[in-house]
Amino acid sequence: MGSTLIDGLFVFVLAGFIGFEVIRRVSPLLHTPLMSLTNALDAIAVVGAIVLVGEHKSTLAFVLGFLAVVAATSNVVGGFLITDRMLRMFKSTRPTKP
Amino acid sequence: MTDFAGSQYLIEIVYLIASVLFILSLKWMSSPKSARHGILAGEIGMVLAIAGTLLHHGIIDYKWIIIALVLGSGIGVPLGLVQMTAVPQRTALSHAFGAFCVTLVGTAEYYLRAPNVPPFMMAVLSAEVILGSLTFTGSLMAAGKLQEVLPQRPITYKGQNFVNLGLLAGAVLVAGYLVMHPQATFLYPVIVIVPLFFGVMMIIPIGGADMPTVISLLNSYAGLSAAAMGFVLNSKLLIIAGALDGSSGFILSVIMSKAMNRSFTNVLFGAFGQVQASAVAGAEEKTVHSATPDEAAGILAAANKVVIVPGYGMAVAQAQHKVRELYDALTKRGVDVRFAIHPVAGRMPGHMNVLLAEADVPYDRLIEMDEINGDFPQTDVALVIGANDVTNPAARTDKSSPIYGMPILDVDKARTVMVIKRSMNPGFAGIDNPLYYLDNTLMLFGDAKSFVTNIVHELASNQH
Repeated sequence: MGSTLIDGLFVFVLAGFIGFEVIRRVSPLLHTPLMSLTNALDAIAVVGAIVLVGEHKSTLAFVLGFLAVVAATSNVVGGFLITDRMLRMFKSTRPTKP
Repeated sequence: MTDFAGSQYLIEIVYLIASVLFILSLKWMSSPKSARHGILAGEIGMVLAIAGTLLHHGIIDYKWIIIALVLGSGIGVPLGLVQMTAVPQRTALSHAFGAFCVTLVGTAEYYLRAPNVPPFMMAVLSAEVILGSLTFTGSLMAAGKLQEVLPQRPITYKGQNFVNLGLLAGAVLVAGYLVMHPQATFLYPVIVIVPLFFGVMMIIPIGGADMPTVISLLNSYAGLSAAAMGFVLNSKLLIIAGALDGSSGFILSVIMSKAMNRSFTNVLFGAFGQVQASAVAGAEEKTVHSATPDEAAGILAAANKVVIVPGYGMAVAQAQHKVRELYDALTKRGVDVRFAIHPVAGRMPGHMNVLLAEADVPYDRLIEMDEINGDFPQTDVALVIGANDVTNPAARTDKSSPIYGMPILDVDKARTVMVIKRSMNPGFAGIDNPLYYLDNTLMLFGDAKSFVTNIVHELASNQH
């Protein structure tokens, strides 16, 4: 238990550092798509919900898990879709090769 | 049994690959050129992670998983197809959905494990559920304000901060008790319901102008609650995704509050937009110069360098496509036209860039505040469309102004300033703008869309 906690903390802190370094470099042009993208990635929480539904350990866990899968999946699908739509619109004056 | 362990390793490896893809996905967002690879990486990571999870040995029932995935996709598609002006409320809504998911999973995990929940587990579970439920209602409130189904003006009352902090402290105390006595299941609903209530109360005093900061802060909370969920489920993938989202939201909140010269506490407890009534009433009659579309077109056509300063008012008037026509008409005449983007232009970080990109303005013409401010003295015309407070020179000079110290676009340093505005009414924050009374300022009174249309028309018909 103790080592799981420490492992988790290591991962959390290091991932936080990577997050800071990577996101600091994101162009302010793209802050809106950045937020919708991180939102979609965050919906990876769906994996925890899927296990709840699939294991069906109790009715409560099943029902809550089912709703959670629905909510998170809508974020995955909607988040990637709108991020892609936004990024398609960003065009430069310099013609780019097709 | 060996097969069993084998699939566990396989799942973990898949999760590791997904984590790497998520990080690459954000890394590629650094420039518009590589950003679409970023989406692809994120999508592949997501599909791998979900597919890997379906291999989980405990899963006995796939039917309902599939149904939930299909239902969720059915909700997600329309949410992915909203108008660009509606992206802020869509984003707030998706923060709410994410937080909803996290709260439900946390609740299910608690009741599955109670009464045998080790203290550490209970502590992270409480963090997950408290952050999740306050983000859920807070984001719904923010979405409601952005969609204007709720009043945008801040609602304040005496002792508000005391009530809010009391609610949060109460929830944390109960969570502390549960950490020591996890068998007290009757107390568990408290750490869900009280933060739900707190989320509502937290957003009530926050005005529409602060939405970019609030939405970023809620983004951060949503990420942190997902990371806490990762601790509960011992899922490193979830911890990583949550940490990335949490730090992204945090960085954006810092950028936004710096751009408004305000601290987090000030945004959360400040209730902007109600203190300035006296300042407006005290403004004496001052003269303004105004101009017609014809005159404006003449000045623009004679300029070498034009900087357009768009604000949210432009988007409200749906004028961005007309503004792009103006950009085209002037560019064709050899005028150098650029757009100055204040970090809080729009209702969420980066929103203005998206609105202009949608209108086909090339992104290399969209210049950040820090980069363009030095160029205003060499600018012939600064054309302000639907922006107000972010151009207010009082922020530099008037210590008594409520926005004193806020970084602004130095449009007043341009040779000529033109401001399209409906009337002389003060802007969103209710602060008078001395820019309008300067000698080099011309007020163009009218609706942004029709005024720009008229200018474009004049430019087309006259060879000035």
